[in-house]
Amino acid sequence: MMKFIKRFYLSIILFFLYVPIIVLIVQSFNAGKSRAHWEGFSFRWYQELFNDAAIMQALYVTVSIAVLAAIVSTVLGTLAAIGIHAMKKRPQSMMMTLTNIPMTMPDIVTGISLMLLFIFTKVERGYWTMLLAHVTFDVPYVILSVLPKLKQMNKHSYEAALDLGATPTYALFHVILPEIMPGVITGAMLAFTLSLDDFTVSYFTTSPLVQNLSTLIYSQAKLGIKPTMNALSALMFVSLLALLLVVNRRSSKDEIKK
Amino acid sequence: MKKLSLVLALILCCSMLVVSNAAAEEVVNVYNWYDYMDESVFDMFTAETGIKVNKMYFTTNEDMMVQVRVSPGAYDLVFPSDYCVERMIAEGLISELNFDNIPNSKYTSQWLMNPGYDPDNKYSVPFMWGTVGILYNTKMVDEPVDSWGILWNEKYANNIFMMDSLRDTMGLTLKYQGYSMNTRNLVELKAATDKLVQQKKLVKAYGVDEIKDKMAAGEAALAVMWSGDALYAMELNEDLAYAVPKEGSNIWVDPMVIPATAKNKENAEKLIDFLCRPEIAKMNCEYIWYSSPNSAAIELMGEDYTANSTINPAQDVIERCEWFHDIPDTFLTVYNTLWGQVKNAK
Amino acid sequence: MNNLQIPAWGIWAMLAGFAAFIGLLVAYFKRNHGLKRPIFASPYTLWIILFTVVPCILIAYYAFTDVNGQFTLDNFKNFWDSNYDARKTMGPELEMYLEMGFTAEDLGLGRGTVNVDTLIYSLWMAFLCTIICLVLGYPTAHIMADREFKLGSTLVILFVIPMWMNFLLRTIAWMSILEDTGLINQVLGWFGLGPVKLMYNSGAVLLGMVYNYLPFMVFPIYNVLNKMDYKLSEAAMDLGCNKWRTFYKVTLPLSLPGVVSGITMVFMPAVTTFFIPRLLGGGSTEMFGDLIERTFLTANNWNVGSALSLLMMVLILLSLGLLRKVDPDGEGGSMI
Repeated sequence: MMKFIKRFYLSIILFFLYVPIIVLIVQSFNAGKSRAHWEGFSFRWYQELFNDAAIMQALYVTVSIAVLAAIVSTVLGTLAAIGIHAMKKRPQSMMMTLTNIPMTMPDIVTGISLMLLFIFTKVERGYWTMLLAHVTFDVPYVILSVLPKLKQMNKHSYEAALDLGATPTYALFHVILPEIMPGVITGAMLAFTLSLDDFTVSYFTTSPLVQNLSTLIYSQAKLGIKPTMNALSALMFVSLLALLLVVNRRSSKDEIKK
Repeated sequence: MKKLSLVLALILCCSMLVVSNAAAEEVVNVYNWYDYMDESVFDMFTAETGIKVNKMYFTTNEDMMVQVRVSPGAYDLVFPSDYCVERMIAEGLISELNFDNIPNSKYTSQWLMNPGYDPDNKYSVPFMWGTVGILYNTKMVDEPVDSWGILWNEKYANNIFMMDSLRDTMGLTLKYQGYSMNTRNLVELKAATDKLVQQKKLVKAYGVDEIKDKMAAGEAALAVMWSGDALYAMELNEDLAYAVPKEGSNIWVDPMVIPATAKNKENAEKLIDFLCRPEIAKMNCEYIWYSSPNSAAIELMGEDYTANSTINPAQDVIERCEWFHDIPDTFLTVYNTLWGQVKNAK
Repeated sequence: MNNLQIPAWGIWAMLAGFAAFIGLLVAYFKRNHGLKRPIFASPYTLWIILFTVVPCILIAYYAFTDVNGQFTLDNFKNFWDSNYDARKTMGPELEMYLEMGFTAEDLGLGRGTVNVDTLIYSLWMAFLCTIICLVLGYPTAHIMADREFKLGSTLVILFVIPMWMNFLLRTIAWMSILEDTGLINQVLGWFGLGPVKLMYNSGAVLLGMVYNYLPFMVFPIYNVLNKMDYKLSEAAMDLGCNKWRTFYKVTLPLSLPGVVSGITMVFMPAVTTFFIPRLLGGGSTEMFGDLIERTFLTANNWNVGSALSLLMMVLILLSLGLLRKVDPDGEGGSMI
């Protein structure tokens, strides 16, 4: 009974998360441009999608930046979390305050302040500046994902490893990291997610020649967002889900073999 | 957890497969609204002149202004709205055009020749224009729509969409009360603010871009809208009609300008000239179906265009309308403060 | 702006310095075995100084100066009195009206509370959003971490995939669901019910916010619950605690660090939510993120915009210091 309730609850939450996605996918098959009218089933927007170089370019920028930002911010953030966790009270609370700043900052302020930074330092805005900006707002989320795992860890295992003759690097990789891995991975996922979806900060920290999907979609707002964007989302969604299924099937097979 | 990293790794690999390219040649960097023209004309332009068109898009006039200010040399041709042109002239952001390179500008309709935002016609060439009016659903509104007053009619409580745009919404209210939409009289502005606060309980929502689809779906009876958006919605829903109220309204133009720092000014002028060609102007007009400033293109389009009173309003409607003038930052603060009071009124 | 010029090679020097610093760190590391862990945080410290502290100083520069670059504290006065700047810039012109017998109130420029009201409303909405996320998210995380399911990591991905679709498209999809002519009301229509007004109220805004922030609450909690020492709760049960008491006495306290992280990651960005109030709330009550954006872009007033956001950030960071009381040895949020 309990199990059923749990499953039911989880399905409800997942349903809540997926309803808009389903609507979004259904709209991608609308023959018309407006979401207000269903003009029949068609693959029109999928065809347009593959002929649209700008979207493909933006997709490349978006995904590559999200992946790179996730990697950089995960490394930076995990190390930072380990360091912060071991700090004394005062420096620790100072670091945490600094970490919280990018999260409280309104997007427009983050975007404009970084833009000013790049202008003052005469750095031409583009792909790399956008990446820097993304890492900046991603790291706090990684830190906040990793910290709870660190607190959960046995405080003395790192020192014990050192006492037993492990180098700090060895202890880091073989004692700390395995324990906090779930936190590191969800941190990376949150970073990836945030970076994938960012509009305001990207808009101000890149040159309009390097667009990501968000800036492209927002710039369509005035004349109506084309369902090509929905088609792209639908394709991304389905392929991700398929990938997940395949990987899942594979790993459960492995488990059976064991 | 292994599968998670596998998924991430696969995504990385996929993303790396797509390769970007760039090349150095004769170019013109165009900064425009997305989908604001039939982009196949760019290909025709490139085929004819060998000049490559780099397309860049902005989301709002305000975003665009920030970018033009801080990135000198990045743009050769920009499509701002009229009041921004005035501001850009004042800030020295755009340069005078060499009309010898733009012979086709002679096709611009006479009455658009010396517009309010560019009185000497030195800096800009109109690209599209339109009016602001009321889009209404004839199935829900049974009285004639000829005055802004209908937006204050209790009968339509919760059935009205207003624009989430400071100048437009304050402007129409001022016009309704018989004032200028460019007024700097604090008493008049306060009267307009009060009127809008009083109207707030009747308003379903303040919005901009998303309203046209909502009107097409029949979400509300009345909406304040730009004529171009109204035409889009009317095409989707035949119950919709558009009217410019008798008190007068705003005429807007989206002109083409060249930033002072442009690196490829001559190429940009070539492109402006190309876009002013009657056949090309016709293509663009038919693509987005906004009002065209190009008299020769209008002739080419014939009945389809001239018989449509929304896209081609009568001369007396145009005469009742007013241009927006730019409001300097100091006074914009007052506007913004009052607008904040409207937006946050209970 | 000119007094802030840094040479063209500035950022490259900074980056090179950054790389050299990490290199040195690694080299140092290999030599000294007894190195303390806080050193791990140094690359991040450098990063945060370059890309958070320096930009903050730039913003503070705007906040403490007027349009002419002169030092002033007036920008902050706009927080308590949202009409302050308007009155100030109108200066002599306003005098004229006052001489004509109008008061500042008659002109709508008396003391205004829009900014304070908006911040209070935003804090309230963020608070509600955090509570709802916690109430929905904790059980979710608990179930996900349940060893019976063995689905944990798959579920994590299932949770995050919807967030990989574009935010604007998702929010527009919610509009298609909630509108008077939307999905829910169409279904209700088949049964002769409705239409029910689901959109353009605080509820819809809250829904949009919860939808966007829920994963940020679920993940950190899931992480601490997952692989938690189950022997502890089993021991508690053996010692005669019932299920609820075990949860209350053992599981909950142990998961607190995750909860604090979750609350931080939901509450702080939620205060400056923007776009959702405009699309789902009908733009009739602003949240602070929208207000700041309007001040920056529409009013083109970077000075007041910077001052307002600085004040808000300080307020939030201070109030998060309160979290330390809940989580005494924690790093959830704190002031210097």
